[in-house]
Formats: sequence, C-alpha cells, structure tokens
Amino acid sequence: MDILVRAAVAVVVVLGAILYGLLVQGVIRKVMARIQGRIGPPVWQPVYDLFKLLFLRTAIWHGVMFWLGPVFRAAGGIGLFLLIPVVVGNPWLENFSFTGDLLMAMYFLFFGSLGMALGAAEAGHPHSPIGISRGLVQMTAFELPFSLAVVALVARTGSFSIIEIVRAQQGSVWDWNLFANPFASAAAFLAFLGMNMYSPFNIVGAPQEIPVGPPTEYHSSFLSMMAAGRSIFAVAKMVLYMDLFLGGATSLLEAIVKTFLVYFWSVFVGAVFPRFRTEQSVRFFLGWPTVFGAAGVALVLFAR
Amino acid sequence: MSDRDWNDPRLEEALPPVADDGGPRPPRLPARIEDIPAHAPIDDTCFLGARKMPTPIGLPEAVQRIKNWIRARSLWVMAYGTGCGSIELRPLATARYDMERFGIVMRPTPRQSNVLIVSGYLAVKSLKRVVRSYEQMPSPKWLVGLGSCTINGGMYWDSYNTINRLDLYLPVDIYIAGCMPRPEALLAGFDRLMKLIDRGEANGWHHYLENLDWYKANQRKLFDDGDMPDYNW
Repeated sequence: MDILVRAAVAVVVVLGAILYGLLVQGVIRKVMARIQGRIGPPVWQPVYDLFKLLFLRTAIWHGVMFWLGPVFRAAGGIGLFLLIPVVVGNPWLENFSFTGDLLMAMYFLFFGSLGMALGAAEAGHPHSPIGISRGLVQMTAFELPFSLAVVALVARTGSFSIIEIVRAQQGSVWDWNLFANPFASAAAFLAFLGMNMYSPFNIVGAPQEIPVGPPTEYHSSFLSMMAAGRSIFAVAKMVLYMDLFLGGATSLLEAIVKTFLVYFWSVFVGAVFPRFRTEQSVRFFLGWPTVFGAAGVALVLFAR
Repeated sequence: MSDRDWNDPRLEEALPPVADDGGPRPPRLPARIEDIPAHAPIDDTCFLGARKMPTPIGLPEAVQRIKNWIRARSLWVMAYGTGCGSIELRPLATARYDMERFGIVMRPTPRQSNVLIVSGYLAVKSLKRVVRSYEQMPSPKWLVGLGSCTINGGMYWDSYNTINRLDLYLPVDIYIAGCMPRPEALLAGFDRLMKLIDRGEANGWHHYLENLDWYKANQRKLFDDGDMPDYNW
C-alpha cells in the first residue's frame, strides 16, 4: 500500500476520531444534565467550544514550553490512537499497529500528561503546579493496577501485539478477557476511572478549589488544541480498552457501540460518587485494584 | 446626619472625584464590526510592543458570520461577583434555569472567559480587579452590567467608595436593569447579548482598545496612588 495513501487515510481517521470524541463528550454533558434534572447543552456544544476558542486572539508570551504543552498532548493522543487497531481485519482502520504496540501504547498513555505538565508549569500560575502534582501522583497510583492487568493479558496471549490479543478473544463472548480474566478486567476498569479523571478522581482540575488545575493559564487556540488532544486521547483509551477486554471490533458500528459503553462506565460512576482527595485516591488504587491485578496475573499463571 | 442639607456646597467637595466631569466623550460605537476601519489608531506604548490589533477586517462576510454564529453559542462567563447581583447569578446553573442549555458555562479564570458580568455595586477597590480581569480576557470579550448600580449607582449613588457609572471605566455591551434583576431577566439579557454577538454588533472590546486613553484617564482619576499598570496582561 502506498505510504502517501496510508498517511491521507490516517489524517481522515484522526479527524473522524476527534469529532467522535467531541460528540461523546457532548452526549456525556447531555446525560449528566438529564441526571441533574436539566435540559443540558446541545450535543454539538464541545465542537462549538473548540471552534470558538480557535477564533480567540492572544498576544501573551509565557515561553516555549507553554506553547509546546498542547502540542505534546495532541501528539501523544494522535500517536496513541494511530498505534491501536480500531477495527481488526479492516486494512484502513487497523492503523499503524505492529508487534509490540501495547508497550508503546502504554508509554504514550502517559506521555501526553507529562507534556502538558511541563507546559502548564511554565505558565507560572500557582494553581498549575498544584494540579500537576496531584495529577502525576494519581497517575502513578493507577498505573500499577493497569500494568498488572496488561501483564496478565500478555501472559495469557503470549504476545505484546494488540491485534494478537484481539484475535485470541474471538469466538464466543466468553472468550473476551472481560470474562476470561475477570480479575485483570476489574483492575483495569477501576484504573480507567482514574485515567478519565471524572468524579471521584477529578481532584486534578477541581473547579471549586484550584480553578481548573493545570490549564489555568491556557486560553484561545492553546486550549482549543488541548480540547482536540483530550478528545482523541479519550477515543484512543476507549479503543484500547475495547481491544484489550471487549474482544475488539469487526465493524465500525460494533466499535462505536463498544467504545461508548466503555466510556460510559466512568461517566455512570462519576455521576454517583463524590470526589476523592489525592491521598484517598492513591490509597484506593493501591488497595483493591492492585489486589485484583495481582489476582489476574496469578489466575493466568496457575491456570496454565 | 439624618437631616443633612443636600444643597450644602461642602458636600460636593466631600464626594469622591467622579470622572463624569463633562470631559471628552468617546465616539459613538460603530453599528457593525465591518464598519470599523482596519487600522484604528491605538497607542502602542500601552501594549509593551506586542500590539493588540483590532479584528482583521477583510475576511469574507460569510466567514465573519460563521465566526459570530459560533461565538454566540459558546459564551464562557467569568465566575466573579462584585455585589448582591452575584447571588442572582448562581441560580442560572441550577435545574430551574439551566443556562448550560444555551452553551453558557462558568469559567474560574479570566484567560478562558468571554463574558464578564459586573453584578451590582462596584467599589473603587474592586474596580481595579475588574479592570485587571477584563484586560486579561482574550478578545473578543463582552461586559454585562447587571443591576441599576452599574447604570447610575442605584441605591449606592452617594456612597463614598462606589462608582456610579460603569461605562466611564469599561465598555459595557449590555445592561440589565433592576434592583436586583431576577434570574429570568439575566437569561433575557444573555439572549439579547447572543443576538448582538450573532449580528456582529457587540464590539465594546474594540471600542475599549480604540479609546484606551480615555478609559485609562477615567480609571486613573480614581486610583491616585499610581498603583495601576498601563495594561494588564
């Protein structure tokens, strides 16, 4: 396949993924509004916000890293998304998946947040470092159960390739890792709550306390790029979890339904539970989710 | 002091220096944003070399219209309250009034806000912070004067430390009269502001940049301690 054609297809797929992520955010805001008895914004509201931010103007200089922060975040999101196969079997939507892409994806999963931390720190606003330190602490905590879950999956499949992991789950629904290894799935889906930073793990950008956390000084097109990056980051995480635990997808419609369900897991939890403090969330992630992750690894090792 | 003589000339001297002294008035607002000349005269020294340009005119009419259409549908309001009006602002986020259905949300930082609501009486001390917040917001930005205190001083008209007319110090795009206006009036004001933005007629921020000297002179009359920068970035 011509590399130029592949690149063009990748651009289209990334733009589509950004739009899908924004629409999912819009649906989430609508659902949260309905839960609170409100009408809620239109589903297209995140798209309006993104373009509105793009049309704002700025003449503020905080330094090079401040400019590069959103770029790192968007690059981390796009890089992560392009590594993960969306629809296995479709040559256009398998993206640039290769052997060992799971390791690379795990690296990219945290690259974006680090980039944004560097950028936000240069803005010099006192609330930014507070949000960053909370975010990085929480990230370190949920990384442990997530890594244990990935180890369990890799030990079961014997491969670091996401496509191989998806192929190993084909057959019946009971071959999905969600049912084949419930302990690892529980660990990973609890870590997913922290990854998405919805309530109860949204102390990072607690609006009532530290205005909006790390991006306090970000505005106009910087914030617009950050919104696009966050959108594609969310889509990449949804697709990764669908591939790892829900048996991947063989059609685009199946992918949309499954990713939507994956994301709504964290939204429904967030609608019910109030916010944890940082040390509470660290204790949470190093408690039962880590135990579940270790049990998942043990299940694979002893079931052999 | 109950039976004080309001015609006592000494009372005039006791009042704070109000900038409404019949000095030069800023010119009338242009009706549409397209009518503004491309390079309006702006004092460069206020911008530390990084000159803030007015709206780039010359964009196709259709592009400008799409931009305004989107801007009107995504108003981010600065969560900042100066007077009693801010208590009427909070119910808008609740299920009864639900301003989020119009795309209006509260942002806690001026960098991410488009609308600043001066909600009631404005003490001279907090005017300095309001000016600072307003200037830190990225253009285009809009200012809403809520309550009669921002129009003529309201019940604080003879207070020693509040300003009477907000539009002497900052360009007000829309006033919502009342003491206090109910949340419904505030929603109606937002509706009107969205229509103005959609038509490209809410350009007070542009007016502020064009007549910066006049506004700054008025502000400096109140802050005689000199503790005020040329422009807040």
